[in-house]
Amino acid sequence: MSSSFVRTEMLPQQTPPVGESGIIKWLRENLFSGWFNSILTLLALGALYNLIQILLPWLSNSVWNAESLRECRDIVIAQSGEGASGACWAMVRVRWNQFLFGLYPVEEYWRPTTAFALMFVALAPVLYYGLKRPSAQLVGVVSVLMVLALFGLGTDFGHIFLMGLVMAALTALAWVAPKKLVFVTLLFPLVAFYLLWGGSVWGPIGTLAGFVILGAVWWVAQRKLGVVVAAGVALVVAVLWWLGVQTSITTALHTAMPMELPYVRSDDFGGFLLAFVIGITAITASLPIGILLALGRQSNMPIVKSLSIGFIEFFRGVPLITVLFSANFMLLYFLPPRTNLDLILRVIIVVIIFASAYIAEVVRGGLAALPRGQYEAADALGLDYWQAQGLIIMPQALKISIPGIVSSFIGLFKDTTLVALVGLMDPLQGVTKIVRADTAWKGIYWEPYIFVGAIFFFFCFSMSRYSMYLERKLKTDHR
Amino acid sequence: MTLAIEPAKENFRLGMLVYDTRYRSYTIQVIVLLLVLLFLLWLTNNTISNLADRGKDINFDFLSSRAGYDIDQQLVPYTNDSTHFRALLVGLLNTLAVAFCASIIATILGVTVGILRLSKNWLVARLMTVYIEIFRNVPLLLWIILTYTIFSEARPVPKDFKVTPEMIEAGEQPKALMNFWDTIAVTNRSSNIPAPLLDRPLGTVDFLTIPINLSVLASLIIIGASIYVHRRLKLKAKAVQEATGVRPTTWWKSLLILLAPIAVFLTASGLHFEYPVLKGFNFQGGISIAHSFTALVIAISIYSATYIAEAVRAGILAISRGQSEAAFALGLRPGRTMNLVVLPQALRVIVPPMISQYLNITKNTTLGAAISYLDLKGTLGGITLNQTGRELECMMLMMLIFLTLSLIISSIGNAYNASVKLKER
Repeated sequence: MSSSFVRTEMLPQQTPPVGESGIIKWLRENLFSGWFNSILTLLALGALYNLIQILLPWLSNSVWNAESLRECRDIVIAQSGEGASGACWAMVRVRWNQFLFGLYPVEEYWRPTTAFALMFVALAPVLYYGLKRPSAQLVGVVSVLMVLALFGLGTDFGHIFLMGLVMAALTALAWVAPKKLVFVTLLFPLVAFYLLWGGSVWGPIGTLAGFVILGAVWWVAQRKLGVVVAAGVALVVAVLWWLGVQTSITTALHTAMPMELPYVRSDDFGGFLLAFVIGITAITASLPIGILLALGRQSNMPIVKSLSIGFIEFFRGVPLITVLFSANFMLLYFLPPRTNLDLILRVIIVVIIFASAYIAEVVRGGLAALPRGQYEAADALGLDYWQAQGLIIMPQALKISIPGIVSSFIGLFKDTTLVALVGLMDPLQGVTKIVRADTAWKGIYWEPYIFVGAIFFFFCFSMSRYSMYLERKLKTDHR
Repeated sequence: MTLAIEPAKENFRLGMLVYDTRYRSYTIQVIVLLLVLLFLLWLTNNTISNLADRGKDINFDFLSSRAGYDIDQQLVPYTNDSTHFRALLVGLLNTLAVAFCASIIATILGVTVGILRLSKNWLVARLMTVYIEIFRNVPLLLWIILTYTIFSEARPVPKDFKVTPEMIEAGEQPKALMNFWDTIAVTNRSSNIPAPLLDRPLGTVDFLTIPINLSVLASLIIIGASIYVHRRLKLKAKAVQEATGVRPTTWWKSLLILLAPIAVFLTASGLHFEYPVLKGFNFQGGISIAHSFTALVIAISIYSATYIAEAVRAGILAISRGQSEAAFALGLRPGRTMNLVVLPQALRVIVPPMISQYLNITKNTTLGAAISYLDLKGTLGGITLNQTGRELECMMLMMLIFLTLSLIISSIGNAYNASVKLKER
């Protein structure tokens, strides 16, 4: 008979060994697992230590109030002794307006500010179509911020009151009838154009009248001629209005009843105002053109297809700078003699063309990624081409290509700095150069570049995070 | 019950061009083609009348006239007496030089960072994420200008490097020191690095007015031959391994084959270095590299490396975990798992975005215009254009050259892609 020892009572639970729990376990697993990782960690810590050792005193000795770099340095030395380094953010403070607006006339600062605020109103229906609460919230918050910004910029009280009233009315509209905000979106391009450049109010109204004529002719003609032909006729009439009649009528109206904002020359645009004007216009316009080009490239009509391929590959093959220089030098040859197209307008046009080629390739990737069955299913349902594209193909293809589209937008926004090379005053080259050429700030280089870089970083980083959020939100597969 | 009746054969009516899907595509194409042709005609017409207004014509003769300006960095001989075509060539070579150097540095940096970002090391992975996010969300132009400004404003002037006998007696250091054991001097004017010189050079041969250094050519041929022989050695070792199951040791043979021939050749030609020395107000001797070049290469490399890193990371993440788990189950070590299982599969995801990055690097070299680096944009699209006033010709030529470059790079890339991509039926 064999006897064995059997434990009958439970042992009390013991705490894990010190090395296997808490922070020590985490350190061992994440920082010091193996000799290679330990070396990497130590190297990284060393690099970090060096960086902090340089950056920390520099940032903590920052000077915010000074009139020149000399003064800044003196303040730093007085505070922290000989040999101390300190950032001189006073430069940003002194030149803040110039970084934002370039040489835009000071008394007109309310115009770009209002245009920027109106942009969010125009965006509201795009983001939250028909939703009462979020639309009103967005418009309301933007209105308050705008009024505060106008006070900060020292705008006269009359304009603050007027613009505040307009924004209050729009907030009320967003609350009462959020769907009506679409009209703000449709009108926004012309309104923003007028606010930014100014001049006679009759010019934009004339252009708007062209669109009204287009719609009216189409509506009248479509009953007799059918939808397609009527659209063609309406387009021809509208183009005749814009190219032939508009100028003489608006000039006559202007002499009869002059109403105008002071005209601002394109040369005066600068700083982040310029980057935003070019960036936002190009982003909004390049998306539809890019989608059309992608459809053209995927189409089974050989002529349309080869034209699209040629266009896309040409603009993707040349650097943006050469295209910008063409806007500067060559467009003058291509347009009718004595056409005087504004430099910013020319730059915007070529940037749109350039960006749409990139968007087209991204969207084409999305189209190609769709399974063939989706196209066939749309055909089987008897949908025609545009119905199939609008209801079945594009919603899926665009969803797939969101990351690519947003990274194209980010690239485009970063590329707005290149316009400095054709003589426009972008925040990076143009304004910073002016600041650094000033005798008071001669020799300053870290601060302006860090400031401009930080603002670009903020916008580009937010865009990329927003695209990630959108991707997660629109994700419909079950994984 | 109804019978399916064959539809009456319709005669062609004009309206069918618009409303019948069988004919509509022809109508659309004809209209599009007409509009495009009209647009082109309009452009040509405008151009002709504009040129006539200014008394100009389209003429490429200016390429053979005297350029009359100097270029600091020249990879082929050039003086201001040379032609505009020669200037174009110098500019093109400068563009290619930046693109080449930046591509290599960006690839090495990008692959390292991409792999490190996936590392299990928490700190390193976070640091790499911060590096990638900071550099890709700020315009490249900022990095170029900032790097250039730091080089040309924060570096000491040459006379700070001066060591006088009195300073040696007093045991003082000069204000600025040379780097890397007194071989490299970075002043606010240029970077001075040692120049390799040969005592017994093979001389040069002119090829289409471009002098070719025979010693360099010979070195390249020797290196190429060594690599070829080395590859044969590897193949042979692999054959032996597959026949017998035992891989013969080859590492010392590899080293010998790769290093010995070139070392013998260089020693026989008498290789030595000429170091930069401070003489008077500036450094003499060695090779002086303009800051515009250094700054452009550094900025483009660190910027593009972030994109390459993301491509590498995406490629490695695209390989399902099952692949590396299977490799571990077979008993492969982590290094061999990476080399034999993960990377070959990841490459076909990584290569296409890499090709477009190399294209971007080439196109981004034109940003050198901001720091007056005389590349193709600086010579042909800059000084030549301004001097001759031939905007149309210069811009067309430049676009043509860039299109050709893009085509060449993407076809090389696609050929490589075809060689690594998954072979499937």
